[in-house]
Amino acid sequence: MTLLSFNDVDLSFSRYDGLLTAREIPILKRISFSLKCGEVVALIGASGGGKSLIAHALFGILPPNALIRGDIRFDGQRVDDGSRPSLLGRRMALVPQSISHLDPLARCFQQLRWAARRAGLRVNDAALVAMLTHFGLDARAAQAFPHQLSGGMARRMLMAIATVGNPDLIVADEPTSGLDDDNAAIVLSKLKSMADAGKGVLLITHSLATALAYADSVCLVRQGRVEGVERAEAFEGCGQGLSSDYARALWHALPQNGFRVTGDA
Amino acid sequence: MLEAQNICFRYRAKSPVLDSVDLAVHPGEIIGLTGPSGAGKSTLGRILAGHYQPASGRILVDGIFHPPGFNPVQYLHQSPVFAVDPRWTIGRIISEAWQPDETLRQAFGVSPAWFDRYPHEISGGELQRVALLRAFAPQTRYLIADEISAQLDPLTQAQIWSVLLKQAESRRLGVLVISHDMPLLRRVAQRIVTI
Repeated sequence: MTLLSFNDVDLSFSRYDGLLTAREIPILKRISFSLKCGEVVALIGASGGGKSLIAHALFGILPPNALIRGDIRFDGQRVDDGSRPSLLGRRMALVPQSISHLDPLARCFQQLRWAARRAGLRVNDAALVAMLTHFGLDARAAQAFPHQLSGGMARRMLMAIATVGNPDLIVADEPTSGLDDDNAAIVLSKLKSMADAGKGVLLITHSLATALAYADSVCLVRQGRVEGVERAEAFEGCGQGLSSDYARALWHALPQNGFRVTGDA
Repeated sequence: MLEAQNICFRYRAKSPVLDSVDLAVHPGEIIGLTGPSGAGKSTLGRILAGHYQPASGRILVDGIFHPPGFNPVQYLHQSPVFAVDPRWTIGRIISEAWQPDETLRQAFGVSPAWFDRYPHEISGGELQRVALLRAFAPQTRYLIADEISAQLDPLTQAQIWSVLLKQAESRRLGVLVISHDMPLLRRVAQRIVTI
């Protein structure tokens, strides 16, 4: 079942050109992709290519000068300002890119409680503690302020907060940035296990090697466009199974492959 | 030669991060430095670049202590946003170090259109190219590249390394490449040191 789909979504920013005239600067062009339940889809691309903006467009957290056109659907329903309140934190949740999204002045457990309340849940503290244990976080981590957590623990805390409302779709924006390999593997396996349990996972990352180990399919974004959607297992050998040139170029640029710059980077 | 001799370092009262570490980077040599997170890789890199003072031991740059003025050991940060002044334009950030020629600017893929923008107005990959261009001032003798491509996509990574290696070779710079990415280190480094 298709859980999320972007259909020809355009995004532009309006910027003042002089005092009175505003100019529209196109950022995302005709973005289309879809994601099914039980699937991990990776959005891959260069930094500055617009990957995070795709997530921000979905969650309605773009800056006020953003103009968005096209159709975003979640579970058949159009995602817009009218439908978002019943979806956000309840049916779909974002694990933000930076751990600075945690409130520095509140203890982590309090932030988890707030998230549960925002999702409309009446859960007791014991259930929340059990949930943290599930993410490998103990009572000390719960009582800590965000700055007292290591990078890996803070990231797991963000995931716990995002998933407390038991959403059907989890969007994780660069969930492994700043983490060492062991912690990255913990976070990614967690996301993978959510997909195995029937959720949809959209994994935004710049690391092709990371994505291939965990994703079912890979959507390649470059300069605001979708350059192709590939099955993860097509990235093998000399890339003969890949349909787009960009995918092949990325594959050959990996240090473990050719480390070659082909086409225009 | 860039030398670390018997370096010890600790943060506040904690147990030492580095204990009697020796390392030497010769001009024209590219050394990989790897190890688990928390092992002190970046700390050693910053001590080599003169950003931190070791508790004991010494750093010698071509036989002398870190000279005042332009630092011949340039440190390239994993997140370049921490290595630039957020209130300066890209043009000012680069020209603080030197005036790069057109060829090098193009080789690093730095667009002149960024020069009047601020660091937050270009992407992380673009800012890393700016930081690299700035570090390649003529007086630079050694580079400490601390996970400089960990946040870049494979194509940008391969492109940046191809320019960096070519430039380092032609100028006989000594480069210490800090990374946990073994395939990358095996590609770029002549030998790999683990701490």
